[in-house]
Amino acid sequence: MSTEFDINQIQNIIDHGIPHCSEIGIRVHDMDADGVVFSLPYQERFAGNPVNGVLHGGIITTLIDTAAGMCIYARLREYMPIATLDLRIDYLKPATPGEDVFTRATCYRVTRQIAFTRAIAYHSDPEDPIANSVGTFMLKSTTGKSLDEAAKEKGATS
Amino acid sequence: MTAMSAEDFVALINTAKDSKDWRPVFEIIPYFTFLGLRLEETDGKFISVLSEDRKFIGNPTLPALHGGVVGAFLESAALVHLLATQEVTQLPKIINITVEYLRSGKPIETYAEAVITKPGRRVANLRIEAWQKDRNKPIAAAHANFLVS
Repeated sequence: MSTEFDINQIQNIIDHGIPHCSEIGIRVHDMDADGVVFSLPYQERFAGNPVNGVLHGGIITTLIDTAAGMCIYARLREYMPIATLDLRIDYLKPATPGEDVFTRATCYRVTRQIAFTRAIAYHSDPEDPIANSVGTFMLKSTTGKSLDEAAKEKGATS
Repeated sequence: MTAMSAEDFVALINTAKDSKDWRPVFEIIPYFTFLGLRLEETDGKFISVLSEDRKFIGNPTLPALHGGVVGAFLESAALVHLLATQEVTQLPKIINITVEYLRSGKPIETYAEAVITKPGRRVANLRIEAWQKDRNKPIAAAHANFLVS
């Protein structure tokens, strides 16, 4: 794989290789060795509070987990099976109902077997985050097919 | 989503507590509906159930549940446990959660039980465990703090 990331190709992998991500509609905005920026459009069906429509924390966990995993590929410039070992999320303030949620994730350390990530979630200003997160991932977690291969098999077009 | 007042929501929770039928509460929480969440009570223990659905798959080659769904389910199970066992005057707010992934989760029905490790006046700390066919082989565990007042 080249050192330049094609956003359309990454979006294609998300849409065709990761069923849950295509289900919830994760969008890819940016991806380079320094990290990734993904977003999730606000959808009422992900609200956790029926009184005010604030998103459930779990959907933010899902967005962050996805971005944190993908930022490891960005750093390694290679697809391989990875598995989340642990993920901690601090919810700093409620997401504003109706607004899209962005996440920026960075892989700040990689060893032979483990990758360490940081991520924040925010609406428009990364300096005013909704959530902060750290995660650890196991590399080469299985001998199965990598994500890009799986996406191609699903009939991805790009 | 049906707009609902905070008072009506708390009343709905209290009705569910008395009737032991949590469906009306889960149906009004959109994300719980998305997860197909259920609550089963046996011998005074509350077990949350995540329905089997291909839309929860994160890795189609294994296949395995998306880690985010597993984390969301653990958080949901903790919240539901608080609603079912504590006096609530408002919806508890998640402060933080640490999820440990122990095994890859298959795309099948998944169960979770929460235990309150500290029922504080302002903050409740819970430990949650999720498993599938074998209770002794948890797929994930988590610690979470909730603001309860």
